[in-house]
Amino acid sequence: MALKTEHMVLNMGPQHPSTHGVLRLELELEGELIKKVVPHIGYLHRCFEKHAEAMQYNQIIPYTDRMDYLASMYNNFGYVIAVEKLLGIEVPERVQYIRVIMGELQRIASHLVALGTYGLDIGAFTPFLYLFRDREKILTLFEMTCGARLLYNYMWVGGLSHDIHPDFQRMTKEFVNYFKPTIVELDNLLSYNKIFIERTANIGILPIDTAINYGVTGPMLRGSGIKFDLRKDDPYSIYDRFDFDIPVGKGIYGTVGDCWDRYYVRVREMEQSLRIIEQAIDNIPEGDVQSAIPKRIKPPKGTVYTRVENPRGELGYFIISDGNTNPFRVKVRAPSFVNLEVMGELCKGHLVADVIAILGSVDIVLGEVDR
Amino acid sequence: MKQYFKDTWDGIWTVLIGMKITFKHLFTPAVTIQYPDVKVKLPDRVRNRLYVNIDDCIGCDQCSRACPVSCIEIETVKGVPGEDLGTTSNGKKKALWVTKFNIDFAKCCYCQLCVFPCPTECIYMTDIYEFSEYDRNNFVYNFSALTKEEINQKKTNFEKFQAEKEAQKAAAAAKPKTDTPPAAPN
Amino acid sequence: MYQYFYNLLGNEIAATLITAAVPLVNVLLVALIGVYLERKVSAHMQDRLGPMRTGWHGVFQTVADFIKMLQKEDAVSTEIDKKLYNIAPVLVFTGTFAAYAAIPFSSQLIGSEAEVGIFYVVAISSLVVAGILMAGWSSNNKYSLLGAMRSAAQIVSYEIPTAIVILSMVMLTGTLSLDKFSQMQTAYFWNWNIFGGAELGLVKFLLIPFMVVGFIIVFISTLAEVNRTPFDIPEAESELVAGYFTEYCGMKWAMFMLSEYGNMFAVSAIVTILFFGGYQSPVGYVGDLVGADWMIPLEQGFWFLAKGWFFIFVQMWLRWTLPRLRVDQLMSLCWKYLIPYAFVNLIIIGFISLI
Repeated sequence: MALKTEHMVLNMGPQHPSTHGVLRLELELEGELIKKVVPHIGYLHRCFEKHAEAMQYNQIIPYTDRMDYLASMYNNFGYVIAVEKLLGIEVPERVQYIRVIMGELQRIASHLVALGTYGLDIGAFTPFLYLFRDREKILTLFEMTCGARLLYNYMWVGGLSHDIHPDFQRMTKEFVNYFKPTIVELDNLLSYNKIFIERTANIGILPIDTAINYGVTGPMLRGSGIKFDLRKDDPYSIYDRFDFDIPVGKGIYGTVGDCWDRYYVRVREMEQSLRIIEQAIDNIPEGDVQSAIPKRIKPPKGTVYTRVENPRGELGYFIISDGNTNPFRVKVRAPSFVNLEVMGELCKGHLVADVIAILGSVDIVLGEVDR
Repeated sequence: MKQYFKDTWDGIWTVLIGMKITFKHLFTPAVTIQYPDVKVKLPDRVRNRLYVNIDDCIGCDQCSRACPVSCIEIETVKGVPGEDLGTTSNGKKKALWVTKFNIDFAKCCYCQLCVFPCPTECIYMTDIYEFSEYDRNNFVYNFSALTKEEINQKKTNFEKFQAEKEAQKAAAAAKPKTDTPPAAPN
Repeated sequence: MYQYFYNLLGNEIAATLITAAVPLVNVLLVALIGVYLERKVSAHMQDRLGPMRTGWHGVFQTVADFIKMLQKEDAVSTEIDKKLYNIAPVLVFTGTFAAYAAIPFSSQLIGSEAEVGIFYVVAISSLVVAGILMAGWSSNNKYSLLGAMRSAAQIVSYEIPTAIVILSMVMLTGTLSLDKFSQMQTAYFWNWNIFGGAELGLVKFLLIPFMVVGFIIVFISTLAEVNRTPFDIPEAESELVAGYFTEYCGMKWAMFMLSEYGNMFAVSAIVTILFFGGYQSPVGYVGDLVGADWMIPLEQGFWFLAKGWFFIFVQMWLRWTLPRLRVDQLMSLCWKYLIPYAFVNLIIIGFISLI
């Protein structure tokens, strides 16, 4: 007679220290071995898309801040590009340069949180605080420029809410110089640590075909070894003027597309962002940042889809205008949401501890997943 | 076998490298501050609690319309002719009594969209960020300078004026039936 | 020490109580100071300040926390196994505290001069496993259960490399008594076991590398036995919330905390006694110099505590540097690396000691 056995169902989240917000993972376990993972989302749903239909175009910008709250600048960036395309306005050079610098600073800040919390998930507390210390410096730059530290509402349709502070260029250069050695320190403290490698290499391998089938983008896709970055492949704003590389996962310590690769791609991307900032910071042309802001935003009838390379992947805005001051429909293609779908594929056959490692390497922001 | 010893060595060596880094940090000064005792100097553009200089407000309602979360509530009463409402600091003549100017900071999202359209620059963001409350209702800040009696008085004044105007209008409307219309208005 | 008090008071019970009180006070102090130190060490390693508001640099923070813990409501969920749930913290603490009976704080301050001291410590500290299992099972919480299972597997496995290294040390010195271990490594640090022991000769120099290996193995495996990072998977915060004591609060939770820090000191003491001369001074005694014999035990106590605290500091240092291992990697580290190395080490030390 065979004993009746059943799998243990473990609810991870929505109140769990390492589900990065309010994600709930329903784990089906055999011992500590994962049989099935079902992510449940929607605990942070705030009806962004419905709200947007009742707002004027410029009033939506603060709402976009709140989607991916770790990369608000970039959300603004994507949105304003979409509306500008709809309106058909040219923005001044100065605005373009400042946007790119802000966007790349934001990318570094966002990756710092991603890497820091990833270390925290794996159990290393100290790198987390070192990285937050550095992120603080970026937030100070933002605060100096637009007055807010997290939800900026900085990029407006056709321009910027404020011109940069007179000290901004000097302080940004100081930050770049300060930050380069800290990346080396992070590498020594965490990236090349044997225990960290053991925990992340060969874990949660995402093969190229699965990645493409699921529509995975951003550092996750690049971690799988595909050189796909919208800044290079579909350049928007003035990204085609800068010289930078796209780091991809090479599987140095394991298989291409494992957690370590995804982690490492983010580390190397910060270096490339620094390169872009260095090229841009001294070349900001003179001008007025608000000259192209339209008095009243009333785009003609039509639709537009723009996509930008958010720190988490392809952030797309699809806007339908019916010729009113409010958009008829705003649809967001949130990279975290799409990347999260692949969780079930990644977790199969791993241990509970690996779920944490895999989830951290997917780097989701629940504000964006649920919107 | 070679891999085995390499793994052992890597394990010990990378741990030692990490320990060296953290030991170095043991002697670097802290970057944090003792918050309630020491406060960071905030930049000039900082966006915190809103303030309305009600003396300069002309009650144009533009800030309220710009607000994406509708946290500003404004009610106005028209001044009657002959009543002096004063001027704003940049010389604009006021025409409305602002009887209600409430901002609900529980709703406010500190986006600064209300600040830009203001024609008299009377609404702006201050650097006050410590204003927590035990009751949500305490977050509704009333910026209107008028007392309840004054508001009632203004309202009745305006209603009286309105009624008089109505009466005049009615009288004026009644007149043409009997008389010929006047050659020029007024 | 028992004898000393017995002669002084002439009463067995009073003497026993006083003798037992010394390690108890030590455990409490270790927890009190340990928690504070942990906060401060972690804070300064992370470029923070840590507690600063209760007293000078927050020295009374743990006291304040302790008072808070006493006042807390003992919230107990309804679906638990009451008996086991209540016994578990006591049992865990008992296991920790009992180990102190055989640890010599100085040549005069020993609870029990048992001949099988090291054996007793290894055996009695396994009692902790039972307590942890009870806590995990009785809490009726899946996270607690997983934590407890991990903990049991971990502690049982890591006792093997510890035991093998201890065996090699016993082979070398020919005694099981912790006091004799300390006595044999006389004052001055070059006489310590890590530097090949007190006897000068070829053997001493041959032994040094293998002693270092032995020290590393025993340090790593004791680290695992007390569930400290990188082996803190039973209470892995990011995976299992708080592991086996998720459901505990107030004083019962404090008991687990107390026993964790008590254990930290106990294993530091074992490492100290085995390799770093126990209570022996590294640089000779002031008492010898000025000819005051009564000072020597006090100095020994000081050196013992200093060494113990140094290893506690190293444990904290590691904790705030390293990520944590996964449960199966933890096992493979033990079975595939530590045990083979410990075995080879044992054999080589055996051969060397034959010379």
